[in-house]
Amino acid sequence: MNKRAAATDTLVVERVMPHRPEKIWRALTQGPLIEEWLMKNDFEAVVGHRFNFRSTPMPNWNGVVDCEVLVVEPNQLLSYSWNASGEEAATGIKTVVTLTLTKVSGGTRLRMEQSGFRLQDNSNYQGANYGWQKFLAALERVVAGLT
Amino acid sequence: MRSGSDVIFKTLADPTRRAIFERLARSGEQTVRVLTDHAGVSQPAVSKHLAVLKLAGLVRDRHEGRQTHYSAEPKGLVPLIDWMGLYGAFWRDRFDSLETLLNRMDQ
Repeated sequence: MNKRAAATDTLVVERVMPHRPEKIWRALTQGPLIEEWLMKNDFEAVVGHRFNFRSTPMPNWNGVVDCEVLVVEPNQLLSYSWNASGEEAATGIKTVVTLTLTKVSGGTRLRMEQSGFRLQDNSNYQGANYGWQKFLAALERVVAGLT
Repeated sequence: MRSGSDVIFKTLADPTRRAIFERLARSGEQTVRVLTDHAGVSQPAVSKHLAVLKLAGLVRDRHEGRQTHYSAEPKGLVPLIDWMGLYGAFWRDRFDSLETLLNRMDQ
């Protein structure tokens, strides 16, 4: 809570999967396979390639993610930017997603690191101590009903 | 542009102001007169609350003749969204789908 305004935060989600890195790599880098587990896309595993992920729009999200491929190290590391798009680009999130594959006993550890969440993207429920949480939950339900 | 959760929290900390915002969010566009009928405070007080809500980006106004109509601005709540929390749940859910896919794929 004492971080500077410019501070950013990183989200990490890890899981060991009983599959070889090469197989997981295909699921991370082939468009039709990516669509099956993540979102519709026009991804290509080429550094500098710009692409979009597309999902169903919802309140406060137009359903489109602006991306650019940053790093491709086959079977090891894939990184792309993950930014808000369109009229949400200016105020929305600007993050980088890095997917890392590491061989471990029993399979492969897949590590997803999403970095660059700014404090203001994220300060959200810090008011929970003051009884805000319930209020915000109710408010979000109301707002979700708005078009 | 004023933004950030602090401004929004401060703006909505006032119960009367919060009630006005919730009414606009639930019932759609309203005039100051209608809002005053429900607010239990004077029309100048309601106008003042609406000005503060507008400054925080939580409402927008539309002038029609001598009447001003106010409506809720859902995008104003964006700074309150817990992006990290949402994405944490998102990726865990996507990883489940990825495992399902991997189990279906050939070597």
